Amino acid sequence: MPESEAAPPDPTLGIEVRPDVHKVGMICFLGSEVAFFSTLIMAYVIYLRHGSTGPTPDQVFSLPMVLVNTAALILSSFTVHFAEKALHAGKTGLFRVLWFATIVLGVWFLVGTGIEWNGLIRDHGLTIGVNLFGSTYYTLVGFHAFHVTLGVIALSAVLLVSFMGELRGKSPMPVTLIGWYWHFVDVVWIIVFLIVYVVGR
Amino acid sequence: MATAEIVSAPAPSESPPPWTAALHEWLVTVDHKKIGVLYVLMAVFFLLVGGAAALLMRVQLWAPQLSILQPITFNQFFTLHGTTMVFFVGMPILIGIANYAVPLMIGARDMAFPRMNAFGFWSTFFGAVLVYFSFLVPGGPPAIGWFAYAPLTENSFARGPGVDCWALGLIVSGIGTSTGAINFVATILCMRCPGMTLRKVPFFVWVMFWTSLQIIIVMPPLTVALTMLEFDRQLGSHFFDTQAGGSAYLWQHLFWFFGHPEVYILVLPAFGMISEVIPVFSRKVLFGYEFMAAATAAIVFISFGVWAHHMFSVGMSRTLDLFFVGATMLVSVPTGIKLFNWLATVYGGKLVLKSPMLFALGFLSMFVIGGLTGVILACAPITFQVTDTYFVVAHFHWVLIGGTMFGVFSAVHYWYPKVTGRMLSERLACWQFWLFLIGFILTFGPMHFAGILGMPRRIYTYGSDRPWEIWNQLATIGAFIQAPSYLIFAHNLVISLWKGDIAGDDPWDAWTLEWATTSPPPPYNFEVVPTVKSRRPLWDLKHPDDPDWKYE
Repeated sequence: MPESEAAPPDPTLGIEVRPDVHKVGMICFLGSEVAFFSTLIMAYVIYLRHGSTGPTPDQVFSLPMVLVNTAALILSSFTVHFAEKALHAGKTGLFRVLWFATIVLGVWFLVGTGIEWNGLIRDHGLTIGVNLFGSTYYTLVGFHAFHVTLGVIALSAVLLVSFMGELRGKSPMPVTLIGWYWHFVDVVWIIVFLIVYVVGR
Repeated sequence: MATAEIVSAPAPSESPPPWTAALHEWLVTVDHKKIGVLYVLMAVFFLLVGGAAALLMRVQLWAPQLSILQPITFNQFFTLHGTTMVFFVGMPILIGIANYAVPLMIGARDMAFPRMNAFGFWSTFFGAVLVYFSFLVPGGPPAIGWFAYAPLTENSFARGPGVDCWALGLIVSGIGTSTGAINFVATILCMRCPGMTLRKVPFFVWVMFWTSLQIIIVMPPLTVALTMLEFDRQLGSHFFDTQAGGSAYLWQHLFWFFGHPEVYILVLPAFGMISEVIPVFSRKVLFGYEFMAAATAAIVFISFGVWAHHMFSVGMSRTLDLFFVGATMLVSVPTGIKLFNWLATVYGGKLVLKSPMLFALGFLSMFVIGGLTGVILACAPITFQVTDTYFVVAHFHWVLIGGTMFGVFSAVHYWYPKVTGRMLSERLACWQFWLFLIGFILTFGPMHFAGILGMPRRIYTYGSDRPWEIWNQLATIGAFIQAPSYLIFAHNLVISLWKGDIAGDDPWDAWTLEWATTSPPPPYNFEVVPTVKSRRPLWDLKHPDDPDWKYE
């Protein structure tokens, strides 16, 4: 665009900062995830204590198991955070250890959920089809566990890339974004935990 | 990819590529322009399919007690007609046009995530294929209506897998739509050319930004509702199973929490399109850009709080009824602001009555009528009387055709020269416009009367003692006046590729950046990324003595 002679220097030119596309994309994706989980949580709350037959939350939940799971997931938020810090500081070895710890904690959570579900199904006969509580519980917690699974896969992919020696740069975008995703999954769990296991019991 | 391009690069200069190469190029493309064209072609195809279903239904309703369509077929047809027109015509054609235009209008070389863009299109496309796959399953397509009220969709009432095809197809295409929306937000926020602050984006871009936010927020609840439905059907859960304490009411809430913002998703981009066309063809700037921008945001915010006006007759509490009446009435304020701003843009302008402007003026006049019946229907006591009658059918067709389709036709006639380098035939466009306008009024006008006289929607026939026959016959005649206009449109799109006049870069003497590059634009859009200083960069370029940035 040719400049006309009388054009004054535009103060906004040159200093315009546009946000990073990947970060904006991830924020939008997480926004849609908020809407997704809000709907599931709302359905859980609406149907709480609906339906007369079958097991109820206060009969089936054992808190110790869930608390250990919850602790693992909350801890993993810290490990992923400090892993990113370590990478930023150039400590690749520490990054790998902490990142791997995050994966282990994520898998721990999934295995814990599996054991919990096994108990619910075998000991209490709570399935998705037995009553409304089963329907909403398995759908909500199941979708969360599905997100944890995707997170574990993404974390593992980054670790693999890191061992192949291609994770260079001070703060690579995938590390930041997967960190965000992991924190999000963690926050969702805290809300699910409070609603399903604390308030809803 | 890179090697393939290098190998195939010399070929076009010697001979045109064989059709397999061209097909391959279109199937694997990640170029926003090609993807936009694919979206539009898909939408035009499904427009003809959904329109054919509508014509058959109009024939069936020509006279009392006809049996041209079986009752079940009629139910399947109105289900597919509604689903197709909303999900596989309306959204793809708007997203497709935006896909083409938005990066060009903001001086970008592509969308933010080109591969995700391709994913979005193919996901939408295969979602549509999955829905239509229901023709091949036992029991055929679903017969549940486009809003698929529970418990009609549960196993006990809909035994065949048609409903599963429908639900899964909508989940798949919904994911595609969501990725498209994420792409628009990232593109518009991050990839504007230097100088284009958010206050200087072309109005269509601004509208697409807000529409995309809306999609991001309302698509997931639909996905959740459809997933619950599938869990009910396949895994035996009880979300919408009233026998086991589930709630059919929850489906209505979830569906309309998506469904009402959805109709704004379908009309806001059309607002944006005519906001580009009207100024150019009135030779004036858009009147009250800031108010228009704020009104867009206001509509989006209000749209999240009006969904239950679809549910007045379900028997909510009086408090809820009052809230949703009030909220719905509130929508007419920002919409009215927009309307008066368009009128003020036209007022005193030097009107150029070319085809894009014809359709834009059609939009202005027809959308007002649809909006007025909308305000009427927002009154709960009136809805109690006319809910689920043809009055409602008339209302939303008046908005979706009188609004969205007029806007889309305006946009296609406006941007076709940019896309193809050729002008559409003005003569055919004129025929299309008048047949469309007259046919449209004649189809949906009489439905208001049939509805007020008590004709329920979705009935496959009616008794001869009812006073509805004349209105149905008028509507059917209207439909057959309308139908050729779509064929003329499709014909014009194809024939003008060869016969159209050469367009040149800027056939309309327009002001936004897409007209600064060649027609069709090169794959990289702009040789040099442009720098802008005002909302009308091409005006500044053409009138260096009187540039806009002095006044903005």
